[in-house]
Amino acid sequence: MMKSLIQRVQPLFPFLWPYRGRYGVGLLALVGEVAFWVAVPQIIGRGIDDLQKGVTADKLTLYVGLLIGAVLCKAFFLFWTRMILIGISRDAEFDLRNELYLHLSRLSLRYFQRHRTGDLMSRATNDLNAVRMLLGPGIMYSARTLILMTAAIAILIQISAKLTFYCFVLVPVVAVIVSYFGRQVHHRFEMIQAMMSTLSAKVQESVAGMRVIRAYAKEEMDLRRFQELNAEYVERNRKLIGVWGMFYPALEVLMGLTYVIVLWLGGREVISGQISIGSFVAFNVYMGQLAWPMIALGWVVNLYQRGTASLARLNEIFATEPEIADPPTPVIVGPRKLAVAIPGDGHRSIEQAAAGIEIEFRNLNFAYNGLPILRSIQLTIPAGNTLAIVGPTGSGKSTLASLIPRLFDSPPGTLYLDGVDVRHYRLQDLRRMIGFVPQETFLFSDTIRGNIAFGVDQATEEEIRRAAEIAELLPDIEDFPLGLGTIVGERGITLSGGQKQRAAIARAILRSPQILILDDALSSVDTYTEEKILTRLRNILRGRTAILISHRVSTIRDADLIVVLHEGAIVERGTHEELLEQGSYYPELYQKQLLEEELERA
Amino acid sequence: MTQDHHEEEVLGKAYDSRLMRRLLHYLAPYRGIVALASATMILHSLLQVVGPFLTKIAVDRYLVVTHRQPTFLDSFLSADPAIGLAQITGLYLLALLALFALEYGQTYTMQMVGQRAMYDLRMEIFGHLHRLPIQFYDRNPVGRLVTRVTTDVDVINEMFTSGVVAIFGDFFSLLFIVIVMLQLNATLALVTFAVLPLIFVATMLFRRRVRDCYRRIRTAVARINAHLQEHLTGMSVVQLFNREEKSFAEFKKINAAHQKAFLDSVFAHSLFYPAVEVLSSAAIALILWYGGHQVLGEMLTIGVLVAFIQYAQRFFRPIQDLSEKYNILQSAMASSERIFKLLDTPAGREPSQELAGASAPREATRGIEFQDVWFAYHDQDWVLQDVQLSIEPGETIAIVGHTGAGKTTLISLLLRFYDVQKGRILVDGVDVRDWNVRALRRRLGVVLQDPFLFSGTIESNIRLDEEAVTREAMEEAVEELNIEDFIRALPEGYRQEVYERGATLSVGQKQLISFARALAHNPQILILDEATSSVDTETEFRVREALNRMISGRTAIIIAHRLSTIQRADRIVVFHKGRIREIGSHQQLLAQRGIYWKLYQLQYKQQEVSVTGDD
Ligand SMILES: Nc1ncnc2c1ncn2[C@@H]1O[C@H](COP(=O)(O)OP(=O)(O)O)[C@@H](O)[C@H]1O
Ligand SMILES: Nc1ncnc2c1ncn2[C@@H]1O[C@H](COP(=O)(O)OP(=O)(O)O)[C@@H](O)[C@H]1O
Ligand SMILES: [Mg+2]
Ligand SMILES: [Mg+2]
Repeated sequence: MMKSLIQRVQPLFPFLWPYRGRYGVGLLALVGEVAFWVAVPQIIGRGIDDLQKGVTADKLTLYVGLLIGAVLCKAFFLFWTRMILIGISRDAEFDLRNELYLHLSRLSLRYFQRHRTGDLMSRATNDLNAVRMLLGPGIMYSARTLILMTAAIAILIQISAKLTFYCFVLVPVVAVIVSYFGRQVHHRFEMIQAMMSTLSAKVQESVAGMRVIRAYAKEEMDLRRFQELNAEYVERNRKLIGVWGMFYPALEVLMGLTYVIVLWLGGREVISGQISIGSFVAFNVYMGQLAWPMIALGWVVNLYQRGTASLARLNEIFATEPEIADPPTPVIVGPRKLAVAIPGDGHRSIEQAAAGIEIEFRNLNFAYNGLPILRSIQLTIPAGNTLAIVGPTGSGKSTLASLIPRLFDSPPGTLYLDGVDVRHYRLQDLRRMIGFVPQETFLFSDTIRGNIAFGVDQATEEEIRRAAEIAELLPDIEDFPLGLGTIVGERGITLSGGQKQRAAIARAILRSPQILILDDALSSVDTYTEEKILTRLRNILRGRTAILISHRVSTIRDADLIVVLHEGAIVERGTHEELLEQGSYYPELYQKQLLEEELERA
Repeated sequence: MTQDHHEEEVLGKAYDSRLMRRLLHYLAPYRGIVALASATMILHSLLQVVGPFLTKIAVDRYLVVTHRQPTFLDSFLSADPAIGLAQITGLYLLALLALFALEYGQTYTMQMVGQRAMYDLRMEIFGHLHRLPIQFYDRNPVGRLVTRVTTDVDVINEMFTSGVVAIFGDFFSLLFIVIVMLQLNATLALVTFAVLPLIFVATMLFRRRVRDCYRRIRTAVARINAHLQEHLTGMSVVQLFNREEKSFAEFKKINAAHQKAFLDSVFAHSLFYPAVEVLSSAAIALILWYGGHQVLGEMLTIGVLVAFIQYAQRFFRPIQDLSEKYNILQSAMASSERIFKLLDTPAGREPSQELAGASAPREATRGIEFQDVWFAYHDQDWVLQDVQLSIEPGETIAIVGHTGAGKTTLISLLLRFYDVQKGRILVDGVDVRDWNVRALRRRLGVVLQDPFLFSGTIESNIRLDEEAVTREAMEEAVEELNIEDFIRALPEGYRQEVYERGATLSVGQKQLISFARALAHNPQILILDEATSSVDTETEFRVREALNRMISGRTAIIIAHRLSTIQRADRIVVFHKGRIREIGSHQQLLAQRGIYWKLYQLQYKQQEVSVTGDD
């Protein structure tokens, strides 16, 4: 049991290590507190003994003075014990939460795709809190109970070894009960925490998908779903309560039993004159003082079980190694490259021509969990060129683009930027080169200004407006009463689809990246606006390398190279003109969008 | 990053009778059980007094024999000390067993009542969320609403099961102890209570101090949650834009505020505990001193003195405990205030029953009509102005216009996600506000602009667990949309797991699945809001052919940017800055040489040139 106990909390040690000194001091304060605690019943006992014998009023006053002195000292130590030991748990919580956040921020996209946000949230809040309780009050109360018991036994033995023995006969019983309950409830706690996560995730999803639920009038069905989970949650709690509800009463009865023992056996010894009435009272007082720590012990068991169950859930996160991380020996990205984007004084201009980067795919194959998506991609995009990708839905266009900033990892030796494997760059340097507009726009519930400037360290109002202008968002912004200060709501919910996309474009170009990737970034933008954006983009793209994914011929026709992706393989490649002549997919696409007969009639 | 709209400054009162009454309301269905549990608790408190009392009798009668008033027990007790002591011990044991039974019964029933009441509360909140207007969701972050249903409810539960109930129990314990003490020796009792005013002052000071701490803590917790929620969902964007450090710095700042507030409360607690301890020991010292003098003057027995010391120990424990409970109580008040605020947010207006009945779907359709519709999301910032449009039954209408022109808004109004400010919208000749919303929405099959998939399977996403949507209907829809190959290629076909928001599907696939969802529900009116914007042209064409077949006889509203998608519509409506600028068939609009003509030119002019060049 001891071993598994240690094993469970072991992952905490690194977080607690920095506090070892403070824990030491805290424990010293605790010992001080207990020392004076021990003195109090002694004084009372002596006083009562003397009362029986008959004492002077002066002596009585002395006892009272001693009592007050002892209590004041005890209070002093109690203050510091709490300040230090509980304080540590708050500091450790702070560290743990930061560490958790940092760790999560290193995990890859794949992790977030497969874990429900509600579940992660539940771990980062409820579970973290349970662990904190274990670290602070948990440690403090168990240490105090241990020290108290030791001290009490030492003193009580002096009063009456026999009586002490009878009282503490029950301790093993308590230990057995505690460990029995502990085992019983641990599993139940785990079940409850897991259910809490499921419940959170459910609510999270229902709220996020509220428009769809409404549109399909599925409120009742959703409510039924929730009801099932809710009922299950209550049921799991009931299982816990059934066992746990018995625990405190059992402890209390055990404590009561010691009183009974003291009363009966101690009483007989007083009658037979073996111990004094004062000792008897002192005994009683000690038992009274011990009652609370014993009850607290029950609470500690609760904290411990909850805390370790939660700790295991946190550890699942900590144990997840970031799939995509910096290489052990990254290539040094010379200042030359970054200097182009951000010249010496940190001032950058969006229009300034940047040195593009050559992108090369060398016979790249890629699979998601064994499901092959990209096949033998062989492709070079010279620095400063624009590549356009077209192809059916699900052919792997977005996947291909997402390999460049390493949202997913390509196999080693298949993807090179300026002749260096992407895996050899530091993630920071790699991503700093890139301005990415994902197919699905994610904006933060911040102002439009904050969202556009999201990807840069600082930006003047001027630059932000300029980026918005290039993305053709400025006219819309000027229509908003609060202009750039308009708050966009979670995920940008209060913007129209096209406005969101254009905000994302502005956000990417403000970075003045060497590689610009637009993944179907104009799909919700009308042709008129698109045309304007494209014209401006052409200016911006001068010198930079660009990848455009689109279904509209109008967007891609001017690209230096167009590739057609089909089931993960490049089936056609060339310029617009070349493809019209040699290709099959592309000319067909073109024809479909062209609809010449209508035009002729017009 | 500005966090203003995440702020939830609820200035927590520790006790608010208005809130408490409303909370107790949730216990009402279980009042029988609660009454029983309370009775049990009172009995329990009463029995707790028994122990020291028995000790006192034992001391006075057998251990230190003195003259005193015999109590009612004395007549039962044996004169022989050994037997008498055994009798008292036996009584004590009995009391202990009764205590155990009472406490277990009380704990179990109270905790279960708490669980059931919280179950009801969660159902009520969640149900209410389903009735709140969509507008509400524009303003409230998801994370905040999740907290209402989960954490906030649990906090209240804690109050019900441990806090309040224990306070209630403590109160009775105190009461009984006071009674017994007064009974035993009134003067000594009063002397003991002399420290009470000091305790009262200490408690007041403590309360004032922690109140502010807790308010700060709650604010910090709300911020931490909001930040986490948002950055977890958008982590890839954070990474793409190298914002890890900055977002961590922000997080750390909020976290530090949280830590600081807590450390302040730790300080207050650390002061309060020893203070109560000192005062309670002072009471014992008083007992010893004053009582001691009385014993010397033979006015008091040692047994009473011992009992008093024991009672004093028990007396102050609950008071010290109050500081913990105070915390629970205050958190619960804050949580319930937030929950009630949510529950008090008025739900969407529903028409009266009769009207709703009158507008049940009828076969004879009369189309859709927008009459002088004006709409703004905020006061007077009109997003739609004076929209006049009537759509005949069976007609296909296409809507085009720049982004932000108000196309999606028009659909939202038709679905009654929002209510118009001026004018009205008629479906089948009945104002949408007079429709039963669900009946209205069931008539409409809509593919929203942002495809949303639930975690589950592909099948559950298309059928939405509707029995009315048969497997065949689903498969047919999938076939029409040309995605059956894709689904068949998946290891588990229709049962393939879909993650939150369909994270592992391509965007086009998500759109097609949402599309299949709409088709499979076989609606009378089909609404497509840029439903194929991320789908390749070939698939789109096939979808369109399928559509042409499917929407014959059905009313359809199609929003799209690729003109190739829409040019076969019966009529095309051109929106510009919230107004309808042109209406007509493709040919008519081209002939008008207006906005539509310009859009058309833009999209095709260049191609035309190059094609003629190639030819
Ligand atoms: N994270 C993922 N895990 C597993 N499969 C994925 C993931 N993302 C995309 N896919 C699958 O990979 C294929 C290619 O997707 P994607 O690159 O998004 O296509 P598109 O060409 O439409 O952009 C699709 O069949 C899609 O379902
Ligand atoms: N929930 C909302 N709250 C406030 N403003 C909104 C909301 N939704 C859209 N808007 C604003 O209303 C205008 C019209 O948006 P929308 O109808 O989505 O345009 P679109 O024609 O592109 O579909 C835009 O300026 C947009 O910013
Ligand atoms: Mg894609
Ligand atoms: Mg729209």
